[in-house]
Amino acid sequence: MPMAAADIEKMIKTRFPDAEIQLKDLAGDNDHWAAHVVSAAFKGKSRVQQHQMVYDALGGRMGDVLHALQLTTALPSE
Amino acid sequence: MASDTTTVSDAIAKTIADNDVVLFMKGTKQFPQCGFSATAVKILEHLGVPFKDVNVLDDQGVREGIKTFSNWPTIPQLYVKGEFIGGCDIMREMYSAGELHDLICAKGIPHSHHHG
Repeated sequence: MPMAAADIEKMIKTRFPDAEIQLKDLAGDNDHWAAHVVSAAFKGKSRVQQHQMVYDALGGRMGDVLHALQLTTALPSE
Repeated sequence: MASDTTTVSDAIAKTIADNDVVLFMKGTKQFPQCGFSATAVKILEHLGVPFKDVNVLDDQGVREGIKTFSNWPTIPQLYVKGEFIGGCDIMREMYSAGELHDLICAKGIPHSHHHG
């Protein structure tokens, strides 16, 4: 079962309440997503750590039901 | 087939200790079997970096073990000098920013392509 955009967004928001999330349905099949997550929580973290935080927020779904999520992370611009 | 977890993580640790650049991927560098792995191979080839490819499809133990080892849920995974660098997205982002080339240089890894 693919994951709906609203579910992905909600899970990320729960962990990062300040997050700005842009989700793009890459293939129009509700299954291949690109997500851009902007949050102050990423401050001082390496890229790998930032992605690990998002994967963690998705509670093990990444690589499982959510098999195609292109992820980019960023800090809010001042 | 699959040995116990300790043996698998020992084997992974040895592979990344023995090779400067290791790509855990689906398929081989000659014949990637997943689009994300193919992208990772292309990036390393563009940089002209020799690397060891480990086909996780050959061994279910490694396929699951590498995810735990790196705390990273997906394949491919890139290691440089024993350090986990990231998956396909991070490689792509770092490559576009020239950071992957900088990293390869900083780690003293010989490679054939040099950005202007």
